[in-house]
Amino acid sequence: MNFEVIREYLPLYQEAAVLTVKLGVLGIIFALLIGLACALVQYYKVPVIRRIVAAYIEISRNTPLMIQLFFIYYGLPKIGIRTSPEVCGVAGLAFLGGSYMAEAFRSGLNSVEAIQTESAFSLGMNRVQAFFYVILPQAAATSMPPVVANVIFLLKETSIFSAVSLMDLMFTAKDLMGIYHDTTECLFLLVVFYLIILLPVSILGSLLERRLRYAGFGA
Amino acid sequence: MPDLGLNIIFKGKNFARLLGGLGVALRISLIAVAISIPLGLILGILMTRKNPILKAILRLYLDFIRIMPQMVLLFLVFFGTTRSFGWNLSGENAAIIVFSLWGTAEMGDLVRGALIAIPRHQYESAQSLGLSPAQTQIYIIIPQTVRRLLPLSINLITRMIKTTSLVLMIGVVEVIKVAQQIIEANRMKTPNGAFGVYLFVFILYFLACWPISMAARYLEKKWR
Repeated sequence: MNFEVIREYLPLYQEAAVLTVKLGVLGIIFALLIGLACALVQYYKVPVIRRIVAAYIEISRNTPLMIQLFFIYYGLPKIGIRTSPEVCGVAGLAFLGGSYMAEAFRSGLNSVEAIQTESAFSLGMNRVQAFFYVILPQAAATSMPPVVANVIFLLKETSIFSAVSLMDLMFTAKDLMGIYHDTTECLFLLVVFYLIILLPVSILGSLLERRLRYAGFGA
Repeated sequence: MPDLGLNIIFKGKNFARLLGGLGVALRISLIAVAISIPLGLILGILMTRKNPILKAILRLYLDFIRIMPQMVLLFLVFFGTTRSFGWNLSGENAAIIVFSLWGTAEMGDLVRGALIAIPRHQYESAQSLGLSPAQTQIYIIIPQTVRRLLPLSINLITRMIKTTSLVLMIGVVEVIKVAQQIIEANRMKTPNGAFGVYLFVFILYFLACWPISMAARYLEKKWR
């Protein structure tokens, strides 16, 4: 291990890590929004749209991000939809993550029993109030562990961005290995940077899960 | 309407080549699953043991594998072993090693989860009925564990198939790589071929994974 080399590469990796995190976080935010919208459509059984959402979830969950990105980046421009690599990465992550988040939210919403809604109505709340004051807080608690698991999953999936020539961590590592052959140092930095990004989220996730399991004890 | 390349899929041997590419992806994932399931069972059972040193080592393995993106693991094995040990692994073998390591970790975690989810009173009731420890395992514990595990392990197969799309990045010629080759070969006559060919690969992946997902969901509902 040559620490001279590591110090030299550090800024390049930092830059790549910032890009990875930035696009990852953006994609995850969109995934959360799409997921919430889809879960609500399914929870309130909105006609017609519900079928579209169900089809979207099946398609998104049963195809790899790699081909989703290839289709968005190389396929769609042929019918006039041109995107930059950054937009493509975020769009792909949102498309993939939306369905995973939808499932997480749906399991949370379904865990709130019907009597809760009925009680809210009998207290004189309208549908909107019942949702925000009664259903959502309880559903959020149950969906939290799968949501955090999905966040980790999506952050890991950002490693595929290099396939559409985004200068992320994978791309930087492969590029540097190709030019300078400092394989050991490049791979070492790659692992370290992914640990820096993923370890805090993972630890947060297991803390949260323990806490919520405690909260649910005896229920 | 421009030519979007849906016809080049059926030109010459292209269709067979694409299916062959999918075959490579499926082969890698099925071999990896076949290795992962037995090793995962052993790992899961070992993880429920009380030995702290064993537990710490297994925990470290599990957490490292599960926190690293599979792409990083592929790079570590494919490029790292060449540098460190002088191995000359083919892309496909590196992929099988990585996916087996990853699958074993995932499967081990599922097995551990299923085992600790069985309430203590199941063991105690079996004992009070006069069953021996071996009988308890065979008649009480294993049937319940299998019910919890089977849908999850089937899902692991679809995850494995989806993850094999990564092997493209270490130079294995699988379905996306074949698609790239076909698009390149027809660049002059069908410049918009990327749309149709990638759409087709998209559908191929869906057709490979969807029935398996459906089977897992069916079992999950039936055995709840």
